[in-house]
Amino acid sequence: MTAAIVLDAVSRAFGTVVALDRVSLEIAAGEFFALLGPSGSGKTTCLRIVAGFDEPDSGRVLLDGVDVTHAPPFRRDVNTVFQDYALFPHMTVADNVAYGLKVRGVAAAERSRRAREMLDLVRLGEHGVRRPHQLSGGQRQRVALARALINRPKVLLLDEPLGALDLKLREEMQAELKGLQQQLGITFVFVTHDQGEALSMADRVAVFSQGRIEQLDTPRALYNRPRTAFVASFVGSANVVNAEVARELTGRPQAFAIRPELIELAPVDTAVDDGAVRCTGTVLDVLYHGASSRCRVRLGNGTTLAVARPEHVAARQDLAAGAPVLLAWRPEHAVPLQD
Amino acid sequence: MRDRAYSMQGRSVFYFTLLLAPPLLWLGIVYLGSLFTLLLQSFYAIDEFTARVVPKVTLATYEVLLTRPAHVDIILRTVAMAVAVTIASAFIAFPVALYMARYAGPRLKALFYVGVMLPMWTSYLVKVYAWRLMLAKQGIASWGFDQLGLTGTLDRMLAVPVVGGPSLASSYLGMFAVFVYMWLPFMILPLAAALERVPASLLQASADLGATPNQTFRHVVLPLALPGLAAGSIFTFSLTLGDYIIPSVVGAPGYFIGMMVYQQQGTAGNLPLAAAFSVVPIVLIGLYLALAKRLGAFDAL
Repeated sequence: MTAAIVLDAVSRAFGTVVALDRVSLEIAAGEFFALLGPSGSGKTTCLRIVAGFDEPDSGRVLLDGVDVTHAPPFRRDVNTVFQDYALFPHMTVADNVAYGLKVRGVAAAERSRRAREMLDLVRLGEHGVRRPHQLSGGQRQRVALARALINRPKVLLLDEPLGALDLKLREEMQAELKGLQQQLGITFVFVTHDQGEALSMADRVAVFSQGRIEQLDTPRALYNRPRTAFVASFVGSANVVNAEVARELTGRPQAFAIRPELIELAPVDTAVDDGAVRCTGTVLDVLYHGASSRCRVRLGNGTTLAVARPEHVAARQDLAAGAPVLLAWRPEHAVPLQD
Repeated sequence: MRDRAYSMQGRSVFYFTLLLAPPLLWLGIVYLGSLFTLLLQSFYAIDEFTARVVPKVTLATYEVLLTRPAHVDIILRTVAMAVAVTIASAFIAFPVALYMARYAGPRLKALFYVGVMLPMWTSYLVKVYAWRLMLAKQGIASWGFDQLGLTGTLDRMLAVPVVGGPSLASSYLGMFAVFVYMWLPFMILPLAAALERVPASLLQASADLGATPNQTFRHVVLPLALPGLAAGSIFTFSLTLGDYIIPSVVGAPGYFIGMMVYQQQGTAGNLPLAAAFSVVPIVLIGLYLALAKRLGAFDAL
């Protein structure tokens, strides 16, 4: 089967700043795909090149096997949900949604019937006669979604789709987007800087850093088996231990990552299982989050490690800043990192 | 929540009033007050024998204004010119404004703004007289037509009844050209401002949904530029309606509203008729605004 989207060694520079450096990736049809990275990592440029708002300096873009590298946006079977929604302020919500049909010459009756269908799909059936400025942020987001989906594109691109929403709405929309994608079977590609969003919604995630893909994997693999220090700290904020410190702790000069929740804390003189890696340190501070507590512990060599403890453990053994403490973890939980 | 910084009491109310008084007095008394007196004047009439204004409310002056064929001609001539100038300005200004607002880089954009505004730094009279010279029979305009081998075209244009004449400088065609030149910046600037406010993502969204550049222009750019077009056209329309210098320096001898106001309040001493004439543009602009609002020109605001 042909991939829905293929990027083949795509590069793009703005002046001297390299936004994309020979990026290659394949996205399968029907996949929910996330481009994750901090700002300036190249993820948005990547999306804009797929949509056709920007052209690569070199490399090719294939949609459904067809080379569209130099095709303008209106010739691509791809639609976009913009970060600021980009709803037309001079049109009603229904006209906004029907716009893609109107410019393709679909008759007015058919247009309004299908616009109504799309609005029902995003649960805004009664809001067709309103103007965009009369809607809330979440409603506008859903209008933008309906508008982008009305042409039944093969691929839907979403640029930071939930960035402008508040936390509660964002969580609702995550579930809604995921459900919609499964219902429609359309390939969704979304850009985000929020690792939680990427992990919870996507089938696969490409982590961008400095114009390159650091790692492309399923959310679970990304979380449990980060390959580089960047991925380990960006996705789920693991502790990254460099080779030098690693030699002091384990005897092997191999940098590794260890998740905060996989480190156990105990009083200094506790005996721990054979084979566990152990060291001592001093508690720097403790942040209580309810379900878990997060503390930072400074080791003798100056390295700081974050440790997360579930409430049922933290409640039994309350720690205060300045307390000496023993840290221990299973060696198989430490993920070796490339340099 | 009410912001403490804006809540006032005692002393600050006093200073606030002091600060606001001059502009309010200016707007209320000097500006609106004189306008109201003018309107009131138009409801008075002049005594034919004594040539004195009789301060009694009557519609006699409006009757004179609207029943004498010469007066009606003046109104129609002025309105026709204002409409023509407005339409021509809109067509010339749109591409310029679009380029300034959306395509020019920052340096070129600054250059365009200066270029559009620079002519306004020169005296209006100097420009009008310069145009009379340029449009005269032996002037640079006819020389230019000659160099382009278009003398025949110019002659045919001048041979058109009503708008033509012996030369550009003494025809409505020439007057029209000067009006368009003079008011073009007033159309370009609000249009460019309106076009600049259109977010780039709207144009991208339109293209993304399958609209060709032409369709994007028709369905997105043009409707969103309408408030700017409305503002610009109010300038060009009302400036043409009220002007009395251009029609008296360039063009055919027919009277315009502005010239009539100037003459009636001055040499003829018929202040009520002058006032009635100046009410015409106010009414027309009012109607135009109502129409523009009805057609949705301000919906995008």
